[in-house]
Amino acid sequence: MTAVLQLREVTRVHGAGETEVHALRSVSFAAHPGELVAVMGPSGSGKSTLLTLAGGLDTPTAGTVTVEGQDLAALGAAGRARARRTSIGFVFQDFNLIPALTAVENVALPLELDGVRSRTARATARRALEEVGIADLADRFPDHMSGGQQQRVAIARAVVGDRRLILADEPTGALDSETGESILRLLRARCDAGAAGVLVTHEARHAAWADRVVFLRDGVVVDETGADRADALLDAGATQ
Amino acid sequence: MSVRQALLALLEEGPRYGYQLRAQFEQRTGATWPLNVGQVYTTLTRLERDGLVEGAGDDGAGHVVYRITEAGSDEVATWFTTPVERAQPPRDELAIKLALAVTVPGVDVGTVIQQQRTATMSALQDYTRLKRRAADGQSREDLAWTLVLDSLVFGAEAEIRWLDHCEARLRRAQLERPEAAPATPAAVEREASR
Repeated sequence: MTAVLQLREVTRVHGAGETEVHALRSVSFAAHPGELVAVMGPSGSGKSTLLTLAGGLDTPTAGTVTVEGQDLAALGAAGRARARRTSIGFVFQDFNLIPALTAVENVALPLELDGVRSRTARATARRALEEVGIADLADRFPDHMSGGQQQRVAIARAVVGDRRLILADEPTGALDSETGESILRLLRARCDAGAAGVLVTHEARHAAWADRVVFLRDGVVVDETGADRADALLDAGATQ
Repeated sequence: MSVRQALLALLEEGPRYGYQLRAQFEQRTGATWPLNVGQVYTTLTRLERDGLVEGAGDDGAGHVVYRITEAGSDEVATWFTTPVERAQPPRDELAIKLALAVTVPGVDVGTVIQQQRTATMSALQDYTRLKRRAADGQSREDLAWTLVLDSLVFGAEAEIRWLDHCEARLRRAQLERPEAAPATPAAVEREASR
């Protein structure tokens, strides 16, 4: 199966000379449709850099990042911005919803920015809210929702318009343990429905919802659990 | 684990025979702590000797049924209202292993930690998968089983956090006293690749 996200030998160096910092060193990994991959590591291990590169917010010093078969670096800044509206969804710790917009308007926003007509965008957004179980809150403003509900809106926004790559950065960090768990269940369900997810977290309990857990230390993948070897071999064969 | 108290607590719901008690125990706790039926009957015999349960005859199909006595009910009440003893920590093989790994020469502690973390993470993933499956049930027994799973989940998480903490402590200790770093080939190789 073709990976939705593929990192090949990705290195990212910040600064030069004496202040040079290797945030990532030759990291390779992939996320396939239906798969949730967790990335764990202490602060400064390169987790956030990895997510920024996967989301096309930054480009690697060496190596390639491919989303839905497209090399993000080759797309240029405008192309990457378009990929973020059409292929890549972000979920953040602090939800990042626009307070002046209702839930359905927040979810419809990436579609409207991409030129979808407002009526169509709203209808699609309502369906996305239904899929995350909060159709009844569509016309509420973020301030009138609980943290768990706001994160559901953010997940709907991340997957609306058939986007298949969800990048989540500590999505349960601001929530209590039971609400956090319901968010992970939802993320898991979106992946089971065909999306590819990357979950960055420092909590093992959350990482355990993933099919695979990648451990980063000093910008290097030091270990990996639950890797499907057969699938990895098939993939290697397909790229040769 | 106290089989004695667990069986007494189950008998509070009504008279049961051995196989039933075992089935109900496992329904609520999964197969996490399997009981064999011999153990159940031995325990029931001791409970009868101590006057906490009494025979209630035969269920018609040849099973010996037991009923809780008043003294048994008192014991159950005491069990539920008394916290589990924490004074003497149970022997923890991993803590002992790490304590020895940092002191016995020639052991690559970093690798010990890393391998354990991967193994514990895999176990944590297994528990989480079981939870995903168990969550569909709505009964009281399903809830009981999910709480047991949560206990395993939090236990494994705590172990991983502790391993992360050990790793960070060791790194700091190595930076502060580089001459004291263990000079195993693997450690030297890791340093060189940094």
